[in-house]
Amino acid sequence: MAGKTLYDKLWESHLVRSETDGTAMIYIDRHLVHEVTSPQAYEGLKLAGRPVWRTDSVVATADHNTPTRNWHLGLDGITDQVSRLQVETLDKNINEFKAKVYFPFLDKRQGIVHVIGPENGATLPGMTVVCGDSHTSTHGAFAALAFGIGTSEVEHVLATQCMVIKKSKAMQIVVDGDLGLGVTAKDVALAIIGQIGTAGGTGHAVEFAGSAIRSLSMEGRMTLCNMAIEAGARAGMVAVDQKTIDYVQGRMFSPTGATWDQAVTYWRTLTSDADAQFDQVVRLRAEDIVPQVTWGTSPEMVAGVDAQVPDPEKESNPVKREGYARALQYMNLSAGTALTDIQIDKVFIGSCTNSRIEDLRAAAAVARGRKVAANILQALVVPGSGLVKAQAEEEGLDQIFKAAGFEWREPGCSMCLGMNEDQLSPGERCASTSNRNFEGRQGAGGRTHLVSPAMAAAAAVTGHFIDVRQLPVLEA
Amino acid sequence: MDKFVRKEGLVAPLDRSNVDTDAIIPKQFLKSIKRTGFGPNLFDEWRYLDRGEPDSDNTGRPLNAEFVLNRQRYEGATVMLARENFGCGSSREHAPWALLQFGIQTIIATSFADIFYNNSLKNGLLLITLDAATIDQLFRETESQEGYRLAVDLEHQSVTTPSGESFSFEIDPHRKHCMMNGLDDIGLTLAHADQIKTFEAAHRARQPWLFG
Ligand code: SF4
Repeated sequence: MAGKTLYDKLWESHLVRSETDGTAMIYIDRHLVHEVTSPQAYEGLKLAGRPVWRTDSVVATADHNTPTRNWHLGLDGITDQVSRLQVETLDKNINEFKAKVYFPFLDKRQGIVHVIGPENGATLPGMTVVCGDSHTSTHGAFAALAFGIGTSEVEHVLATQCMVIKKSKAMQIVVDGDLGLGVTAKDVALAIIGQIGTAGGTGHAVEFAGSAIRSLSMEGRMTLCNMAIEAGARAGMVAVDQKTIDYVQGRMFSPTGATWDQAVTYWRTLTSDADAQFDQVVRLRAEDIVPQVTWGTSPEMVAGVDAQVPDPEKESNPVKREGYARALQYMNLSAGTALTDIQIDKVFIGSCTNSRIEDLRAAAAVARGRKVAANILQALVVPGSGLVKAQAEEEGLDQIFKAAGFEWREPGCSMCLGMNEDQLSPGERCASTSNRNFEGRQGAGGRTHLVSPAMAAAAAVTGHFIDVRQLPVLEA
Repeated sequence: MDKFVRKEGLVAPLDRSNVDTDAIIPKQFLKSIKRTGFGPNLFDEWRYLDRGEPDSDNTGRPLNAEFVLNRQRYEGATVMLARENFGCGSSREHAPWALLQFGIQTIIATSFADIFYNNSLKNGLLLITLDAATIDQLFRETESQEGYRLAVDLEHQSVTTPSGESFSFEIDPHRKHCMMNGLDDIGLTLAHADQIKTFEAAHRARQPWLFG
């Protein structure tokens, strides 16, 4: 018999029961809750008179609606009353239904739900993790089985601690070789999506493997798994290695003492067996990957920074041709334009994809000793959490950003989706470290180009896209 | 969700095809944090002459006297008659919520949109499909007879008119079972609560660090 994939192991260790038609009940270890997708779920519980099955599985925070400045105003700083009510409702619900821990708006550990889970040790290897948010795939970096769910499912998990699903197929994406200097996890993620397309992983749970993946830090692996959903996969994951264990050790909710030793022994088994069979295997060579820039309105519309905007006429598939043409029109770009000739208006460094300390260090390394270009209307740096922000300030990164002309903000989702006041205006073009470049995602009519943090910083200081590898590191 | 075995009620005729979910509950109400409170905004753009906003008071708003649900003879209706492709459009669960919260318990139509059908039955709103000729007849009788009521018997899968004429309808046995016993997905999963608890205890013994 063939060996087991990591996915098989995670699945089997959480299988409560299964039906003959393949429908299975899977036990959920960690439920991350935020203000947008939880109110109706809690109200559903209330109406049905049902308690939360296991309150110590719930970790909650407010992130999508919260403002990134004027925190001294408290709740009054949330100017949209509907947003404010969502934030207050989460306070009320957690107060009533309880949680293992809650990092409310203004708390020093508050932040984007996918940043705070790992950094507090609330995400551990071998867990099943769910959240009413599609980017829950992030937590798969810890060899956890993690996926986003809808509001009805949020209620279902709160009430039963289980999810009713069918097993996906298993896909392995292998990136072997050495990543060049200045080529980051974000570039790997975009290159993969560029190769397999946004539906490439549909119906699959993806495991990222290969020497280039192993060389990534835990934060890099989070960036990669975060974008598994953009490749169509509901879950992405990376096997446990020493880096996983080192990252987890000593965090707020990580086990300690004898339990720690017991956990580590188990965690070391969380890898795919050498003879495991995948339904599909995709391979990329690390050496082929250069810094990436998206030019369209879907993450798969991406190219190396040295490329040009493609010509829709050269696309043989009529559906794609049509899609490319529509995207270029929305993005106000013409075929053949060098990506490095695209001038930008705003820069956003943040989101659950790229707002961790290493992301900020990479961006600061480019910003140091330089100034935001004159044509840039706004350059935002939004740390992923209060802890990231504090760490960055301790390292003086905030000073580097501010000296260069970036705005240094409070943590949250911010301009990733523009649910708070951080938005693009119609027609504005943004270099963004977030994960979705859909029409209107960052604000109605806004134009989003997805890039790595270093590439975003490079765009900020030059006013256009540029291969970050051409900018030497300067002293302060 | 409430059990549905046999219900009997006043019928309101909504004589339109392709009633979409945007018409049933317009998008501005999706900003709401609640699963309840949608009843007053059911068919908001048809029922009122002004534009409704979430969380605002609906009592003083100008009503569209022409709209069927605003006519006095249909006040308190629990059965709605409709034409084909009722509930087309988005996947918003707010549509069945709004209908139920307004007081509609059964909709009888020529056909329903897929997602809306699923969402409705999950929430205890019974959707019955009858052939076009029967629907025509029911529309005629509802409009000509004030106080026209229908008896809906899910157990025996029949709809009975005041004159005693009966029509039978189809429903998937599993869904029928769930509706008759008031079982929603959560209820179904909780029927296995003992198995979940057994698993949980073993899981805790194997990986104690996941608990507490
Ligand atoms: S940062 Fe963006 S993608 Fe991530 S959870 Fe927030 S809104 Fe969603």
